[in-house]
Amino acid sequence: MKSLQAQHHTLANVSEQVGILEHGIDRDDSFALVPFQQKLEEAGLYPLTATQLDIFQINLGKMCNQVCKHCHVDAGPDRKEIMTSETMQQCLDILDANSSFKTVDLTGGAPELNPHFRWFVTEIKKRNRHIIVRCNLTIILANKKYHDLPQFFKDHEVEVVSSLPFYSKDRTDRQRGDGVFEDSIAALQMLNAVGYGMEGSDLKLNLVYNPAGAFLPPSQDVLEKEFKTALKRDFGISFHALYAITNLPISRFLDYLVQSGNYENYMLKLLSAYNPAAASNVMCRNTLSISWDGFIYDCDFNQMLDMKVDCSSQHISQFNKDVLARRSIVVNQHCYGCTAGAGSSCGGAVT
Amino acid sequence: MANHYYDAADLGKFGNIGEFQKPMADKFFAWYGEVFAEGELTAREKSLVALAVAHAVQCPYCIDAYSSDAYEKGWSEGQMMEAIHVASAIKGGAALVHGVQMMNKVKGIAM
Repeated sequence: MKSLQAQHHTLANVSEQVGILEHGIDRDDSFALVPFQQKLEEAGLYPLTATQLDIFQINLGKMCNQVCKHCHVDAGPDRKEIMTSETMQQCLDILDANSSFKTVDLTGGAPELNPHFRWFVTEIKKRNRHIIVRCNLTIILANKKYHDLPQFFKDHEVEVVSSLPFYSKDRTDRQRGDGVFEDSIAALQMLNAVGYGMEGSDLKLNLVYNPAGAFLPPSQDVLEKEFKTALKRDFGISFHALYAITNLPISRFLDYLVQSGNYENYMLKLLSAYNPAAASNVMCRNTLSISWDGFIYDCDFNQMLDMKVDCSSQHISQFNKDVLARRSIVVNQHCYGCTAGAGSSCGGAVT
Repeated sequence: MANHYYDAADLGKFGNIGEFQKPMADKFFAWYGEVFAEGELTAREKSLVALAVAHAVQCPYCIDAYSSDAYEKGWSEGQMMEAIHVASAIKGGAALVHGVQMMNKVKGIAM
């Protein structure tokens, strides 16, 4: 399976995606969803503003060893966009100048595929920040040179957040590719072996569930118990928390929704599950998202739709904390994904 | 009035039945919500029971709702089909077991 970009797919073009979100599949407004902005206005939340600059999320590149069907990044082995060490240094300079960023959240693609990944993690650790790595698990087994990643994570007290769509092989492989479940299980066991995910351990191992299809996640708490029971019983695996994340209608998941005839029903499902309490807690309010080439976004989803922050500080070379802290969040119809039900963020439910 | 009896869009209008009789509808939905909440059976287990019953009562709205709900709650295709076989077996068995009544009757009147 190739990325949409490598297929020269229409939806590799961001404006085509936004066209569907704003005007429907045929762009004729025959399917018109209430504008997200209007829902925020009704709740007195528009314009949605930043609350603080807590989390510095950095996308180290779109290269990945997997090609998941739902990927909003359109990541894969054929993607070559990757952050340079110069851009990473600019990020470090920003951390030096801004102590409010307590957490640095590294994502991708597979962030570990960036050749400067270990240097970057080491430098961030020297700055005494909490580091999250969004690890797809299979990267640990992809090549011998990655087998020691669990130990590397441990040495730098990295919090590992890993996708595991389900505790059964069938649903996991359907979304993430054949063989992914077995490799993910082996990787989780390697992480457990160095102390990750164990009860009482400070080495945090959190899993991410996202639905393998056109539906919303069930209750995060209930699902966490089921995951814990099943993974312990079947594979002896322990982990800390489960984050239930809703799939946003972007990139390959948008393509899946359109191709499978689920687009309109899925959007209606998100709309009917709209929760104003979740809207006030969305992650973009305390996060900045940095792209591989140094541009600044409100979140990783806006990044993939190329909707840069709505202020003068749009690139890390012109980073201005005061301007960014006062910005209004850029919203569009995809934002319904983060406000459905209990809400959804990179840290799971928000209510 | 449409010229067919079932419309998938009507499922979404279920909540409007209170328009004609609100107090009873309110009681029904409150009770319904409590029935499907986590209890001594989990909400997940109840969803599978609901799926099976939906097939036994052959309610297209319920089948629509609980096929999605059961799958969303993590039941596999195989587990869901087994639940429907259970419902079908009870339905089939319910018909067949009346064969005993037929036998009793026939034996009563036959020489």
